Amino acid sequence: MSSDETLVAYASRLGDNALILGQRMIELVAASPELEEELANANFSLDYIGQARMYYTYAGEREGAGRDEDDFAFLRPEHDYKNLLLVEQSNGHFGDSTVRQFLFESWYVLLLEALTRCSDEGISVIAARAIKEVRYHLRHSSQWLVRLGDGTEESHARVQVSLDDLWRFTGEMFAPDDLDDEMRAAFNGPHLEVIETQWRENVAAVLAEATLDMPDDQWMAIGGKQGQHSEHMGFLLAEMQHLQRAYPGATW
Amino acid sequence: MYTQGLDQAGKSGPDTREAETATQLDAFQARIDAEEKIEAKDWMPEAYRRTLIRQISQHAHSEIIGMQPEGNWLTRAPTMKRKAILLAKVQDEAGHGLYLYSAAETLGVSRDEMVGELLSGKAKYSSIFNYPTLTWADIGAIGWLVDGAAIMNQIPLCRCSYGPYSRAMVRVCKEESFHQRQGYELMLTLCRGTEEQKAMAQDALNRFWWPALMMFGPNDAASSHSAQSMAWKIKRFSNDELRQKFIDVTVPQAEFLGLSVPDEALWFNEDTGHYEHSDIDWQEFFDVISGNGPCNRQRLAKRRKAQDDGAWVREAARAYADKKAAAEAAA
Repeated sequence: MSSDETLVAYASRLGDNALILGQRMIELVAASPELEEELANANFSLDYIGQARMYYTYAGEREGAGRDEDDFAFLRPEHDYKNLLLVEQSNGHFGDSTVRQFLFESWYVLLLEALTRCSDEGISVIAARAIKEVRYHLRHSSQWLVRLGDGTEESHARVQVSLDDLWRFTGEMFAPDDLDDEMRAAFNGPHLEVIETQWRENVAAVLAEATLDMPDDQWMAIGGKQGQHSEHMGFLLAEMQHLQRAYPGATW
Repeated sequence: MYTQGLDQAGKSGPDTREAETATQLDAFQARIDAEEKIEAKDWMPEAYRRTLIRQISQHAHSEIIGMQPEGNWLTRAPTMKRKAILLAKVQDEAGHGLYLYSAAETLGVSRDEMVGELLSGKAKYSSIFNYPTLTWADIGAIGWLVDGAAIMNQIPLCRCSYGPYSRAMVRVCKEESFHQRQGYELMLTLCRGTEEQKAMAQDALNRFWWPALMMFGPNDAASSHSAQSMAWKIKRFSNDELRQKFIDVTVPQAEFLGLSVPDEALWFNEDTGHYEHSDIDWQEFFDVISGNGPCNRQRLAKRRKAQDDGAWVREAARAYADKKAAAEAAA
């Protein structure tokens, strides 16, 4: 893989995580438990959509084949999306989506920190912008996790189940593949093992405050990073790509 | 987005003015006439307070319900830029709702009470949001027509006699103007696009034109609360004046887009300098505000579901806050 190919693949994978998570959050518009949460959810999903735009635009520039953000977002087949399985999981109830956000953001914030130090300026600049937003998102999801975990018996029980159910999607975040190795070797990219140690510490601290049990290590679902998705993904893409597919070549 | 002209549908509640002295009422009216702002802690007639609560809460409800027809296209927005714009707009609407509920709270009513009235079906919101968004062009039509109509209504409200409402409206208006321009630009892009896109834009105009005109409320003769609201300077222009202004501004915009306004009797009267239009189907308007529009049930059902689904979450947040407070008190 040439260095440009590495950067295109890596930036578009970051874009996929941001876009697919943002798209899931958008589905929650007008369904939040409080008006303040409506604002937070719309605001945070807008951040993720904005990040996806930056990553895709950069990938397109590096590639030099004329693809723009919309080509990446709307005109690729399912297997070309390399997002984590975790972010494509359906919203479920408020506890499910809170846990999904918390587990992802706990990882993503560490990844972004590492990426601000990578040797590719294009990626490091985007990471430096994104991390400001994601730190805030993580604070928000952590606070909600604590409220739900240490709230009522019902909320505690519900969110513990959410945590147990989604835990199996966390392994993929730390399993380096060829692209991670390439990014690390060529551009001083993130060291996923180091991130895992830090992630476990941070997550354990929040779970303790939330009076929740950290699930045992178990079988981990993987595949998203290689484009092998869950059944949810096809529906998400069909909806998202609808107009671009129905009216090929139209300008919107 | 905004509601106006629904005040004729509300109830004034018991008339408590007997308890208010003529001196008080005269002094209040003198302040209004002198263009002074009335603030939350100032004395005000009960009917003034009730009128404002009704109007501001209806406006807030409209913002919140208005998130749904637009939210309907968020997951399907055709480009990343359009998705971001629409999402920012929907976020603005939630923000407007929050502002407006806060403005109404200064009048001594809680947000819970207001939301309760919305969910029970007692409170009204703008009739326009009970129409479906069937194509992407509807998002453009809503920005162009619905936000355009909202701006006509809201600019005068920036000078409303009640301080907290007028100040909220200044900020809301800035964002609405932006929404309106985005909607028009979306329509322009469609109208310069393929034949299918242009047909989509025309279809959206056909469906939203009349409901947009209805947003200004009934004809002046049928608007029972208007005279009092004008005297109190809550309202500055009549429903028909605002509607006419909207039509005069919007018809040339439709022509620029190359679209036909769905009113065969529409013509420009050189003598008056205004467009003349066909009669509005008021039966449709009254049907929609009384619950019989295409989406009334769907819109309220979605809000109720969000409220019900979130009950355990709000309960958990309260329980957690109580625990924290108790722990701090004990420390």
